[in-house]
Amino acid sequence: MSIERCCGNNKTMSGHFFLIAEKSKLYFTFQDQAEQFFRSGHTNNWAVLVCTSRFWFNYRHVANTLSVYRSVKRLGIPDSHIVLMLADDMACNPRNPKPATVFSHKNMELNVYGDDVEVDYRSYEVTVENFLRVLTGRIPPSTPRSKRLLSDDRSNILIYMTGHGGNGFLKFQDSEEITNVELADAFEQMWQKRRYNELLFIIDTCQGASMYERFYSPNIMALASSQVGEDSLSHQPDLEIGVHLMDRYTFYVLEFLEEIHPASQTNMNDLFQVCPKSLCVSTPGHRTDLFQRDPQNVLITDFFGSVRKVEITTGALALDRDVAALESNYFQFDVVNN
Amino acid sequence: MSLCSAPRPGRALRQRLSGLARPCPAAHPPAMGLLSDPQCRRALARLLLRLNTPLCVLSYLAGLTWFLLLPALAPRTYLSENAMGSTMVGEGSDLGPRALALARDFGAHKRKVGGMPVEWLEQTMFQLGLEVHRQPFSRTLPFPDEAHERYLVRGTNVFGVLRAPRAASTEALLLLVPGSEGSKNNQAVGLLLALAGYCRGQVYWAKDLIFLVTEHDLLGTQAWLEAYHDVNLTGIHSGGVPGRAGAIQAALALELSSDVLTSVDVAVEGLNGQVPNLDLLTLFHSFCLKSGLLCTFQGKLPPPEGPSGPGYAQSLRTMGLMVLGQAGGGPGGAHGLFLRFRIEALTLRGINSFRQHKFHLGALGRTLEGMFRKLNNLLERLHQSYFLYLLPSLSRFVSIGSYMPALGLLLLVLALRALDLWMRLSRSDEGEGDPPPEEARGGLLWLLPPILVSGGAGAALYLLPVRGQAVATQHFPVGEAEAVVLALIGIYVAGMALPHSTHRALSGGGQRGWMTLKLLALLALALLLTCLALLNFSLGFLLGATLVPPAAAVRPGGSRLPLAVLLVLTTPGLSLFLAVLLERELLEAPAGLGEAWQRFLGALGQGLLQEHLHGAHLSPLLCLGAYPCWLLLWNVLFWK
Repeated sequence: MSIERCCGNNKTMSGHFFLIAEKSKLYFTFQDQAEQFFRSGHTNNWAVLVCTSRFWFNYRHVANTLSVYRSVKRLGIPDSHIVLMLADDMACNPRNPKPATVFSHKNMELNVYGDDVEVDYRSYEVTVENFLRVLTGRIPPSTPRSKRLLSDDRSNILIYMTGHGGNGFLKFQDSEEITNVELADAFEQMWQKRRYNELLFIIDTCQGASMYERFYSPNIMALASSQVGEDSLSHQPDLEIGVHLMDRYTFYVLEFLEEIHPASQTNMNDLFQVCPKSLCVSTPGHRTDLFQRDPQNVLITDFFGSVRKVEITTGALALDRDVAALESNYFQFDVVNN
Repeated sequence: MSLCSAPRPGRALRQRLSGLARPCPAAHPPAMGLLSDPQCRRALARLLLRLNTPLCVLSYLAGLTWFLLLPALAPRTYLSENAMGSTMVGEGSDLGPRALALARDFGAHKRKVGGMPVEWLEQTMFQLGLEVHRQPFSRTLPFPDEAHERYLVRGTNVFGVLRAPRAASTEALLLLVPGSEGSKNNQAVGLLLALAGYCRGQVYWAKDLIFLVTEHDLLGTQAWLEAYHDVNLTGIHSGGVPGRAGAIQAALALELSSDVLTSVDVAVEGLNGQVPNLDLLTLFHSFCLKSGLLCTFQGKLPPPEGPSGPGYAQSLRTMGLMVLGQAGGGPGGAHGLFLRFRIEALTLRGINSFRQHKFHLGALGRTLEGMFRKLNNLLERLHQSYFLYLLPSLSRFVSIGSYMPALGLLLLVLALRALDLWMRLSRSDEGEGDPPPEEARGGLLWLLPPILVSGGAGAALYLLPVRGQAVATQHFPVGEAEAVVLALIGIYVAGMALPHSTHRALSGGGQRGWMTLKLLALLALALLLTCLALLNFSLGFLLGATLVPPAAAVRPGGSRLPLAVLLVLTTPGLSLFLAVLLERELLEAPAGLGEAWQRFLGALGQGLLQEHLHGAHLSPLLCLGAYPCWLLLWNVLFWK
């Protein structure tokens, strides 16, 4: 099966390969290598990072989102594959005593705003409608490319959301909400339109676990910072800036992610252990029943990084001696098809 | 207890209930409501007539008790505004030495110029980096009082605007020092300038900061406010305000006349009994707790925690002082003038008493810095917390939902009495059959003179003292202010002689006459108190507590002396005198009668002056509202 999907190219090369492979004993070696090569089944990574709250006192939500953005970029996902939605501008807010910076720690060592942040949806563009359109792909034709989620059925998508939430809803910008049912339906639309291979959903709000209760599409893994009935707490109150800088759960997730590098073999079970109740005060939760693979075998970099696997072969591969016969068969098929 | 069965219970229940009901027989159509069934109505009416006086007394006492219980059951204050946030901000200023130096400079220049050193202020503010403007104003007083001693008052306000570095100038915060003569408030001006210099060096301002120094205290503040908002409320002539900074979200007025302070007293009541949003006060209180600065309210220390006798007494005294202050309706400080424009404002008075522990100006400076920083985070006007409340202490409050039933119970007395009179009048209507035509016509005609005369006396009381002050100065060999006050008292007492004069001219009316007149007086009083309940609860409650018993009890005939004494004791003028005495008592500085009389005269003068200068409502309400009602009752008492 896996040999049909090769080189990130969905064209009918698969047919060609199949024809050749029938005539070649290299079929089985290729399959082994290909299976190992595409162990996770995905070929590209996307990230949709959403901060839904505005106003200066919600500084920490923007810091949360920017921390995840920073990690995801560091691990290899480029800006063209990240849809970053920030509901307010904290770095250039007139109340910011340190303009053009957003800090995630009291010691102010790490400026998560950095030098090359690319915000795709900013300020009042972060609405429930825009978010759902991004996910489902029902976007007006005039939307620029950077605002689209151009994923396919081989994409692993990381969706991170933060803001103020409640039992079964997440508040967008003080004026509207998205419910867990809407979100589950959006993910089902994505599945039916083959817009993802696997999806990792992380949410850091109060009663976050209620948001993933209703998911019913396959290949979704979800993490939340608190159970229903619990509040997610903020962290890092800073007297100089005058606000809380981060939320607890994302603070510890960021700490965890700082240890990850593109070649890490850390798996999802380690992510589930991040921020136990003693540190987080709330009880983080996760859901893996819809996911087909064992979380033990899922690497962090499957979702947080965009790992291009490169294998350097030292030896030469011995192809069939009858190269001319192979080539003629190939061209024959090509002629027939064209 | 149920007098009639309810419309739809089951048969067994109905029978049981009808067995219990005494006045109402069981044989009546079950579908009738309580009031539409004539038999039930008669039963209710009989009950009301029989139990009227006990119910009135009970209701009145319940109202008073409710009010007295309020300090004991008041919940704690809490910060409702999310934007003013959970974290405190760290303060980095040390303004003490700078403030003192600037204060001495200001004092020296003030002495040299002999008034407000406008040029020096302008120059200093400019050097601090503010955008400076001056605003001249002039005001003709209705009569010269002891503070100003002349009719025409001229002055100049000086203010500097610190523009927010990265925001549009749509909103502003204000720090105000009311400049006065002598060496009052010099240190406040010094602290204002030092704070302005410090704030100029910070980058986190999202709103403009206005630093205002006014001349002639409240007159200057009123002039500036009117010019800033481009309105003309009190007939003041002022130059326009060239430098505008957007809508003012909050204002702090500072009064400080000493180099060190032992406590900060916060004044909350404003003009006409308005108060700022409770969030502003809670914010200030939380800063006091954080910095350890001693903050007092109404000059009283905070009561001890936990339920206790002395704690309750202290809370009751504090709340009583706030009620008296609100009822007086005067601006309790410069902040009181801002509330009309819905700008939340407080006045902070630095007090230097004999306590051992002194605070330097730096502590107050840090508190101000912290408050402005927190207010800077606001995104909307303060609107999350209560706008109407009473405070037994800085950490506890009584919301309008808790205190309004007290006045409601007082109004219930008036309603019961009015119902009683109405039923008696309609009963005598039915009972007499055909009343003689002249008396029926006469019943209404005899009402007209007392009403007109009372209204006229009220109008005379309102208009004559100030307009006729020239005549008054000829009759009384005293200054204009005293003449006006004495004229006021004279007209007031003369109004009390009116029933005798009018009754000599008219006679008749009889039983129905006085009952109708009393009904009208009760309705007028109820209307007045209901309006006051919404506008100025404290004034409404105090007037109600004094005027409701005589209103309910008064009737002609029988021995008039006790009722006359009761009416005289509860006349609005005397209530004002007693209020002055009570205030001194609550402040734990009891005044003798002589001193109280002087204060009373001063209060009368201030009341008249404030009405003209700031648009205070106490004078018109008492002269045109309470006094005519009282005169009507006085007329009822002396009805022939």
